[in-house]
Amino acid sequence: MASAKPSAGSPRPISPHLQIYSPLINMVSSIVHRITGVALYFGTLLLAWWLVAAASGPAAYAYASWIFNSPFGLLVLFGYTWALFHHMFGGLRHLIWDTGRGFDLDTVDRMCWFSIIGSVSLTILVWAAILFS
Amino acid sequence: MSTTLRPTPSPNHAQIRTALARVRGLGSAKEGTDHFWRQRVTAVANLFLVIFAVCLVLRLVGTDYAEARAVLASPLVTVALAMLIVSGVIHMRLGMQTVIEDYIHSEGAKVVALMANTFFAIAIGATCILAVLKLGFGG
Repeated sequence: MASAKPSAGSPRPISPHLQIYSPLINMVSSIVHRITGVALYFGTLLLAWWLVAAASGPAAYAYASWIFNSPFGLLVLFGYTWALFHHMFGGLRHLIWDTGRGFDLDTVDRMCWFSIIGSVSLTILVWAAILFS
Repeated sequence: MSTTLRPTPSPNHAQIRTALARVRGLGSAKEGTDHFWRQRVTAVANLFLVIFAVCLVLRLVGTDYAEARAVLASPLVTVALAMLIVSGVIHMRLGMQTVIEDYIHSEGAKVVALMANTFFAIAIGATCILAVLKLGFGG
């Protein structure tokens, strides 16, 4: 709600929004958690397509495999893998917060960095297993 | 959640709300903590089911169609994938609902978006379940 139209006379003050603050790891993690969630939401279309292709027959499965194995397909799946792991670590952070623990800023920042390092590491690990198997 | 966060009802408050409403604790939306709790239950379920799904994908890398079909026809895989789909679409519908309610303020667009969200989740769920069952029964 950035629009605060003056009803009469001088413009009313509006509260500072995202562009005012320098990006901090905790707020970036929160935003990325939401973005990855939305990406995974629409990414279920890929899962549905793949399952339907497998259930439909060899031709449909071969076609889906061909798309997924194209450079663009691999890039999307790589990004999807990372989004999945990042959202998973973000979710674990939230589950810890749900118990009332981990709210001091040091712990918050450490958990956020852990999410990033953990999700990138797991993504590389999974793709190393895929590409070198 | 901590009960100390709950405000002490004022005398007026106590008169307006019935004793039954207070005991139920469902609030004005009549849902209480239902959204929060379901989001958490499905989150924990997804944690295990997604790890299973990642292992499944790794198992299927480099296999031909016949072998992939054989793996996807095993009862364990069918049941786990079906649970992942149900838990997953419930979780993503709740999450997208929050996003819609945060960003869409006009009442009409919000209702349409919330409805579309439910339709999308159910359509994805139904489609995936059918495919998984077809693979499971080998049809």
